[in-house]
Amino acid sequence: MTRFFQFIGDLTLFGSQAVARFFKPPFELHEIWSQIAEAGSRSFPLVAASGFALGVVMTLHTRSTLVMFGAGAMIPRVQSLAFFIEIGPLVAGLLVAGRVGAGIGAVLANMRATEQIDAIEALSIDSFKLLVVPRIVACVIALPLLTVFMDFSGLIGGFCSEYALSHLSLRLYVTRAFTDLQWSNFVPPTLKTSVFGFIIGTVSAFFGFTTNEGADGVGRAATNSVVISSLVIILADVILVKLIFLVFPENAI
Amino acid sequence: MNETNKFAVVLDHVSKSFGNRQVLCDLSLSVTPGQALCILGRSGTGKSVTLKLMIALLRPDAGQIRIAGNNIAELEGEQLSHVRRKMGFLFQSAALFDSLTLHDNLALPLHRLTNKSKPEIEEAVDRVLGQVGLASDKNKMPVELSGGMKKRAGLARALVLEPELLLVDEPSSGLDRITSSEIDDLLLEQKTREKTTMVIVTHDARGARRVGDRFAVLDEGHLLAFGTIEELDQHGNTIVRKLIAE
Repeated sequence: MTRFFQFIGDLTLFGSQAVARFFKPPFELHEIWSQIAEAGSRSFPLVAASGFALGVVMTLHTRSTLVMFGAGAMIPRVQSLAFFIEIGPLVAGLLVAGRVGAGIGAVLANMRATEQIDAIEALSIDSFKLLVVPRIVACVIALPLLTVFMDFSGLIGGFCSEYALSHLSLRLYVTRAFTDLQWSNFVPPTLKTSVFGFIIGTVSAFFGFTTNEGADGVGRAATNSVVISSLVIILADVILVKLIFLVFPENAI
Repeated sequence: MNETNKFAVVLDHVSKSFGNRQVLCDLSLSVTPGQALCILGRSGTGKSVTLKLMIALLRPDAGQIRIAGNNIAELEGEQLSHVRRKMGFLFQSAALFDSLTLHDNLALPLHRLTNKSKPEIEEAVDRVLGQVGLASDKNKMPVELSGGMKKRAGLARALVLEPELLLVDEPSSGLDRITSSEIDDLLLEQKTREKTTMVIVTHDARGARRVGDRFAVLDEGHLLAFGTIEELDQHGNTIVRKLIAE
């Protein structure tokens, strides 16, 4: 139990340090940009393909039930609401935790094991500022963008599935999907993924940066990054959804 | 001249433990500016830990480590950075940044820590790579380099900021005799030409005899012997004589 609380304390301190150091020069813009490119561009195919497949599957599942109740026309609306409000943000968060989180954990742990982080410090360069802060910032920025791609890939998948089954036109699908969709259904859930990004970046960088187990630590850091990030994302989602309901009560209905 | 001025190194009753394991016990030694100290000892006797303490990658449990008069163990932030900028460190594994080319490995500290223009940085990188015989390999990634080339590249990166104190961890480990002799030549040249103060951790008595001015022998965290090669050749302890024997 003591170890658990120590871990929570260390992780919180690590995250707070990252926030504090972000606002101090040098701002590492070049490094942040390259990390966004790394996290964003390499995750894009995974996110787009998963979103498309989920869109197809969701339509297949919801169709039979909605048609049974004579509500087949609501399929696009259900699809868009489900993706924009919850499926897109959460699944994008979990996918990025797997793809990017594991990468950050493994890369930093490998740099620690091969003394590259010590070498950066020995050159009197702030290794935390150079390696940790840009990765966290990149996750915070990249995840909302990837979530938008996830949402629209899901809608495209849903449309393809619906078109194959009922030959519904694209224009009608889009009209039905976006009727009654409020900005509050789209903006807060998308922005909450920045928090997911912060969690992924912080947890993964923490495991990678603080490991001292040599080569064994690399695999462990990658695994822990994914498992703990995913778990914290799901727990944070509960809190964030409640917060969104507090600020936008109409979303709770 | 005050011994603690310039880039003299003084370790004063330094101890370091990891958990229950005491790695260094009450270690005291010093290096005068422009001289090379070679630290010899069996594996796991705290030689590399001593080097990492000198550049504050580790902090001692007790004692002082004075680099150019500053107790580096107590420095933080900008003050520590200021002292480290005058130091170079060649790691045992070379520790090249594996996502950067050889050129970028050397250019990184110049970009970040100096006001040099791009052409000046190019000139400095080319010059140092030329000194270590890697001028034609500057666009290679570390993974494309042999063990000896990595060591030379690590040395080039340690020298690119023109350090006054060079810390070298096992320059000959994993290298054949000819290649390790080439590394020794480079260290010797640096010491002779630039008057760089050096602390070299090594198992290679032959190389140590070529480069070193003074020698320290560690065993189980204790300083067994400290002096010139002539003094150590006459030392009463068998371990000391075995370690410095060619």
